[in-house]
Amino acid sequence: MAGQKTADTAETVHTLTLSKSINEGLRRALSDNEKVVLMGEDIGDLGGVFRVTDGLKAEFGPSRVIDTPLAEAGIIGTAVGLAYRGYRPVCEIQFDGFIYPGFDQIVAQVAKLHARTSGDVRMPITIRVPFGGGIGSVEHHSESPEAYFAHTAGLRVVSCSNPQDAYSMLRQAIASDDPVLFFEPKRRYWMKGEVNLEQTPERSLSSARVLTSGTDVTLVTYGPLVPTAMDVAAAAAEDGISVEVIDLRSLQPVDFDAVVASVRVTGRLVVTHEAQRFAGLGAEIAATITERCFEYLEAAPERVTGFDTPYPPAAFEDQFLPDLDRILDAVDRAMGRRNSLSDWRFDG
Amino acid sequence: MLLTHSGEYVQLLTPRGERVDAPGFDPWVADIGSAELRSLYEDMLISRRLDTEATALQRQGEIGLWPPLLGQEAAQVGSAHALRQSDFVFGSYRENAVAYCRGVDLTTMISVWRGNANAGWNPYDISMAAPAIIIGAQSLHAVGYAMGCNFDRSDDISIAYFGDGATSQGDVNEAMVFAASFSAPVIFFCQNNHYAISEPVGVQTTKPIADRAPGFGIPSIRVDGNDVLAVFAATAIAADRARSGNGPTYIEAVTYRMGPHTTSDDPTRYRPEAELEEWRAKDPLDRVKRYLINAGALDDAQLQEIDDHADEVAKDLRAAIRALPEPDPLSFFDTVFAEPNAHLARQRSQHAAYLAAFDGGER
Repeated sequence: MAGQKTADTAETVHTLTLSKSINEGLRRALSDNEKVVLMGEDIGDLGGVFRVTDGLKAEFGPSRVIDTPLAEAGIIGTAVGLAYRGYRPVCEIQFDGFIYPGFDQIVAQVAKLHARTSGDVRMPITIRVPFGGGIGSVEHHSESPEAYFAHTAGLRVVSCSNPQDAYSMLRQAIASDDPVLFFEPKRRYWMKGEVNLEQTPERSLSSARVLTSGTDVTLVTYGPLVPTAMDVAAAAAEDGISVEVIDLRSLQPVDFDAVVASVRVTGRLVVTHEAQRFAGLGAEIAATITERCFEYLEAAPERVTGFDTPYPPAAFEDQFLPDLDRILDAVDRAMGRRNSLSDWRFDG
Repeated sequence: MLLTHSGEYVQLLTPRGERVDAPGFDPWVADIGSAELRSLYEDMLISRRLDTEATALQRQGEIGLWPPLLGQEAAQVGSAHALRQSDFVFGSYRENAVAYCRGVDLTTMISVWRGNANAGWNPYDISMAAPAIIIGAQSLHAVGYAMGCNFDRSDDISIAYFGDGATSQGDVNEAMVFAASFSAPVIFFCQNNHYAISEPVGVQTTKPIADRAPGFGIPSIRVDGNDVLAVFAATAIAADRARSGNGPTYIEAVTYRMGPHTTSDDPTRYRPEAELEEWRAKDPLDRVKRYLINAGALDDAQLQEIDDHADEVAKDLRAAIRALPEPDPLSFFDTVFAEPNAHLARQRSQHAAYLAAFDGGER
């Protein structure tokens, strides 16, 4: 992730893990705007269970980095009141599966107050959620709840996939006057990359990014599966298949124009995410692209997703999570090459 | 002494209109002379008139729904008058008398019940949040706002209005945890009007509601909610505690909803007539009127003047409905997000094209 070369200096480009880049994004937001406050469980002295907020309480004090009671509705609901007062709260939900007690405050209050008040009240609240599986944890710690929020009018939903985006997108999310669900791929927290701390974000928070150009298949994903998708493109290339990987970055709104532009070239679409398949982001993307690109499609859109089961115990997560081979199989099917799942498509 | 004992309540004005002493509370109403009490009476009467008018407007099909506050005038007017305009109010959908006291524009208030708007007034115009329909959700907002007042080192405070039903909600209980932990300058104002739609308060609790707060570390006051002086005193005490850095206070105003939950329900199915009679005798307006008349501080001419003012407000409410313009059919797309959203803009354009086809388009 090289920054913009013109603005780069040796001091501003660092090799950081994704979690550290989020930490730097929070630090910058706290020092740039005194109305930014962080709220969450264990985010103070402990620095968060993933250490994402490490050192921030010591630097900014307990009324800027607030260790809250163990109450998710309370965290989000008090953030609403702080937003009424002119603050820009950044809430941390400790794990994806813990967000549900705060669900009402998010979907009925945070999401709707701008519309309910005809735009008089703004809810510039960022809700950070470490999400997804692959860390061998116990239940309620590996979920992908993004579709619930993408389905709710008034929320922006984003997911970062690399340290530079994590830094830039977080700062954009905090600066946004709309509420943003910020999904952090927890199994990539330790992934390193170059981060330019001074770089002006090169694209809007709602735009997708084409990571590799390709002419045969458009592979759409976001968050934790982006590195996997890159591996798929490399493996497919060895097989003579040219895959264009799109990192959606924004899940609400989806940058459909970017996907449409790609599918008009490739004629084939594969969408992959960790979340369950039914009524997931993949379904929405497949449906919209079918509507907008029907005459360009050479094959039916393929989805490679988690299964419609609860996230399984850690011993099974390799089965549940889309991996290189499952996605490559879908690419093959899109290319008209037969494999074990080909017959299921026509079987009802 | 602030904390009242279980089951007791503070009363300064009996249903017969007699002023009784309440040590600890009297000093807080020492400034309320006849003129001020007349003004409280006037606001209560106007609130009642607004209620009657709005109920009639619903029956005439001018508005879709109305949640009457009949019987709760003292609880709302008394508490609202103990606040500063710079304090911030977080209410449910029944705090229309509070909104009136804070100077709400009647046109925007009625637009909600006409179905033209979701929340009506601009919260920053009257320092009162959008009404909350999800029960108890606003209590957390009030606490967050109060935390912000603390962070700002301001002596502004906030108040959360909710009903007895809301005390069962997790949000209200979490709000008390946050308020106590952060010593937030917030007033929890529970109007125990005895019914959550049809469910009597006994379904929510078997103890006085005010007893719950001390367990959270929050002192509470149980007050006769039909006694505007007692409500004013309790709220003034709570506001002063909050402003001087002593954190939250919980007030249970014991009152009674004389009307239905909304114009849609039928209280005769769940509420005994004898109970209604019992509460009719405790009417919040009658006792103030009797007291003032007995004190020689309210004569027929003044009563007429107050009535005329109430008529005027009711007339304004009716006129406000007629003044409401038909909303732009596409405007509901426009304020979903503060920032442009390409996906929604596309959907709006598609619907605009569909609508345009009706105006001489080919359909």
